[in-house]
Amino acid sequence: MSPNRPMLEIVALEKRYGDNVVLRGVDLRVARGELVFVIGPSGSGKSTMLRCCNRLEEPTAGDVLLAGRNICTGSSRDLDRLRLEIGMVFQNFNLYPHMTVVGNVMLAQRKALKRPAAEAKAKSMEMLQLVGLAHKAEAWPAELSGGQQQRVAIARALALDPKVMLFDEPTSALDPELVGSVLKVMKDLKDAGMTMLVVSHEMGFAREAADRVVFMDGGVVVEEGSPDEIFGAPKAERTRAFLSRVSG
Amino acid sequence: MATPVAAPLSGLDRFLDTFFNPTVIVRYLPDLASGTLVTIGIGAATIVAGIALGLFLACLRVRRIRLFDLLIVAWADVGRALPPLVVILIFYFGLPSVGIRLSGPMVLFLVLSGTLSAFAEEIFWAGFTAIDKGQWEAGRATGLGFTTTLLHIALPQAVRLALPPLVNRALAITKMTALGSVIGVSEILSAATTAQSFSASATPLTMAAIAYLIVFLPFVVLARLLERRFAWKKA
Ligand SMILES: Nc1ncnc2c1ncn2[C@@H]1O[C@H](COP(=O)(O)OP(=O)(O)OP(=O)(O)O)[C@@H](O)[C@H]1O
Ligand SMILES: [Mg+2]
Repeated sequence: MSPNRPMLEIVALEKRYGDNVVLRGVDLRVARGELVFVIGPSGSGKSTMLRCCNRLEEPTAGDVLLAGRNICTGSSRDLDRLRLEIGMVFQNFNLYPHMTVVGNVMLAQRKALKRPAAEAKAKSMEMLQLVGLAHKAEAWPAELSGGQQQRVAIARALALDPKVMLFDEPTSALDPELVGSVLKVMKDLKDAGMTMLVVSHEMGFAREAADRVVFMDGGVVVEEGSPDEIFGAPKAERTRAFLSRVSG
Repeated sequence: MATPVAAPLSGLDRFLDTFFNPTVIVRYLPDLASGTLVTIGIGAATIVAGIALGLFLACLRVRRIRLFDLLIVAWADVGRALPPLVVILIFYFGLPSVGIRLSGPMVLFLVLSGTLSAFAEEIFWAGFTAIDKGQWEAGRATGLGFTTTLLHIALPQAVRLALPPLVNRALAITKMTALGSVIGVSEILSAATTAQSFSASATPLTMAAIAYLIVFLPFVVLARLLERRFAWKKA
């Protein structure tokens, strides 16, 4: 792969549910190590776009390329292998309640990557260290705060050494005082060079950490630019209207 | 020491003589004991087979293959609607006329485990549907295949949800081994009624009741314990 090739390419992505066209040709590129921040009104298709990137939703048309490889073709085994390289963090954490924290982080390492137990354990502890939760390794998810659960979910995804991380409103389900701990982990991740596609309403975080901000509405990318451009001087009327709504 | 209050005690004596006659107890204890073993044997086999089949059917149903769905739902509905006694009688007295001759214990085992599997399938299925679809998505998104996600993520949670109602249902159906007495299976009740007619005493029936308590009371206590620690603590 050429060094200039984007890590993640979304090409003419289309998704419809029956007559309801949710994505009408989305094009988006995320370069290696870049953090692209996606904003847009509710129902504009942000989650759907993200979920098409690892085919939790099946695109109706268009392609998604990971480091040049099309994830929309190939067998389901190919897909399972590609998904290892695409980390996803959900709004509701989705930790496995019947496993301890370290069990959560180990499962896919053992069953999908086939790492030996000792290696998976060591990797898990390393990742938990990274999100500041090594001391909670033996705790149960239900014993953790929302912010801690979300950081475990991030560690669980990172343990598979993904090439790109997708975040779907990772802090929306959190109490305000817990948001910061998760954003800090995301910022650390960005500084460590991870490629990230983030859907979120944390505009402060976008200003601080995003390389590019993308505004989506009605299933298309309306406008994209640097955080300063989008937040400071949005060109499109729809962007301006949205930003004044969320900040006002 | 002669006691002038012997007359009022005779009521109690009669009661004890009827329900706890020592001679009868000693005489029929071996029969009741072997009946208890038969009940435990058929009951255990019913639980294992019924739950295994129910679990297998529920897992198959998770795949949502239309034809299988239809067959499984039909099995579960028919199995839950039919009184086991009716099926036991049909199997025991009807099947021999078409050349299929099954022993009493075998009929009892087949019918009860079939019935349990119908209920168990529905209970496990309810457990599966109660699981947040985010659990599946988290598994699949980390590269786990359908079967791995089913076995390691969905199944343990479904089983945990299913356990209390399942123990109750298994209990209710295993107690129906008493139906074996109508087709000559020498389980507890059958041994007791035989002993009762020979001894002309109700004591064997008391012994049967005690035997059932010994066998089933632990399960009732287990069900109670499971119900108490049933729910996940939600953060
Ligand atoms: N499984 C589905 N079936 C039918 N319609 C769906 C489905 N999933 C999403 N949609 C529709 O797709 C549209 C976009 O949904 P999506 O969740 O992608 O929006 P979003 O931008 O993430 O919104 P929010 O900010 O509220 O999360 C919505 O109108 C929604 O109703
Ligand atoms: Mg969304």
